[in-house]
Amino acid sequence: MWAFIHKLGSPKWFYAISARLQPWFWALAILLLLVGSVWGLVFAPSDYQQGNSFRIIYVHVPAAILAQSCFVTMAVAGVIFLVWKIKIADMAAAVIAPFGAAMTFVALFSGAVWGMPTWGTWWVWDARLTSMLIQLFLYLGVIALRGAFASRDSGSRAASVLALVGVVNIPIIKYSVDWWNTLHQPATFTLTERPAMPVEMWLPLLVMVLGFYCFFIALTLTRTRNEILRRESAKRWVRELVAGTARRG
Amino acid sequence: MAFDSFLALLAMEGHAPYVWSAWGLTAVLLIGSALYARAERRHLLRDLQRRQRRERHAGREDAHES
Amino acid sequence: MQVVEPKAGLGVAIAATVKRDLTLMLRRRSEVINPLVFFALVITLFPLGISPDTELLAAIAPGLLWVAALLATQLSLDTLFRGDYDDGSLEQLLLSPQPLPALVLSKVLVHWLLTGLPLALMAPVLGLMLALPVGSFAVLALSLALGSASLSLIGAIGAALTVGLSRGGVLLSLLVLPLYIPVLIFGAGAVQVVILDGNAAPHLAILGAQLCLALMLSPWAIAAALRISING
Repeated sequence: MWAFIHKLGSPKWFYAISARLQPWFWALAILLLLVGSVWGLVFAPSDYQQGNSFRIIYVHVPAAILAQSCFVTMAVAGVIFLVWKIKIADMAAAVIAPFGAAMTFVALFSGAVWGMPTWGTWWVWDARLTSMLIQLFLYLGVIALRGAFASRDSGSRAASVLALVGVVNIPIIKYSVDWWNTLHQPATFTLTERPAMPVEMWLPLLVMVLGFYCFFIALTLTRTRNEILRRESAKRWVRELVAGTARRG
Repeated sequence: MAFDSFLALLAMEGHAPYVWSAWGLTAVLLIGSALYARAERRHLLRDLQRRQRRERHAGREDAHES
Repeated sequence: MQVVEPKAGLGVAIAATVKRDLTLMLRRRSEVINPLVFFALVITLFPLGISPDTELLAAIAPGLLWVAALLATQLSLDTLFRGDYDDGSLEQLLLSPQPLPALVLSKVLVHWLLTGLPLALMAPVLGLMLALPVGSFAVLALSLALGSASLSLIGAIGAALTVGLSRGGVLLSLLVLPLYIPVLIFGAGAVQVVILDGNAAPHLAILGAQLCLALMLSPWAIAAALRISING
């Protein structure tokens, strides 16, 4: 078990194994996203209350789920980096942060755009939207802190600590925002909580969520590989690898 | 199928601006990040190759001088 | 021959840190007074910017007071570790044989004594100016006293992370303000409930719970952050 983890922590080994994994994840992501999009946009029935605007759910919900998963993944990677000094974990965390922020933004934007036909305004201080907004600020803080340090290692460790602090706080923030929301505007019609969605509606949603996850994994693998090339460029195996690609192409 | 024609799909019964802007932004961000990752890899490899060539060159000149 | 080290316990170290920080801060009196002046100034701006209508002001006063107090605490955070970082005594703190989280906690305690507590005591006066009902003053002060302790603890994490950066000020706000939101919600909520003739005890209890959580977790985070800032 430990041997495996340490092997996984070696950039060279990770680079080799991820080369074999990433085409599968990219293919799966493209397939699932295409199937889910066509299914959700064209074949799923329209909602009897919201009409076709409900089709935003197929990008809003996966993005929102991913936005949260990315933060947790980032924090877990931060712990692995802080405790076991495994560099790969930090490379992954560095790569996940901007993508998580992008997904948070997608969730916010699609939520606002969905709010217009549903509530009649672009922005409602709805509990979910508000905690998403706060989460976006947390992401931006982690990204900014990492960039603010002159030495990469300090930046990595500081960002890991902040990600950890953030992940402890997210449930507290969510709970307080929910509480605040029920106090200030009771019984609003929430976007996604609805009684018993029919199968034809949630099945494409499931496909989209899986597609987003595959995309996330594929992108993280690819960009972590890039990060390895960047940070380990002085290592011999990277130099040989670069020389090899030069000869081929 | 929930729509009679392709035009009906585009119109989304009047919800077109909302549905398509949300989907559009998502598509742009996903495709953009995928393309960015690819471009980043190419740039990195090209940079590293250039640096190695330069170093080899510099090494040869050192050899000449000594 | 055996070298006998003087046995200075943890309590002595904490007391010494508290005493030292208090003396230092009281010598730089402007740093203690500035957040208070800022607090009063921001509160003065609101009636000028919105309207002097007492009913309207009374309705938004809890939120205004809380947001202004929160920003005042935030502003004072930058100096929490800055002076010690510049003159090297922070490194001494890290090298001391006593557990760093405990020492850091005593520094935060001093920060709260000299910013959070004065802000809480001053808030009723400003509440008076915003036409806040007199009956809510006790809860206002209590909620601010409890809440600002959490704010000091959470903010110290951000201050510790950014102390090594030459221009950490704005970044510090970006890091810390989102984490303040739960405290703000329940702190302002407590005052609001009292205005509506409700019972503020649940809110104050949750503020207390948040403080307990912050007391348990943040010293470790602050200590880790300081180690990163010093060694990195």
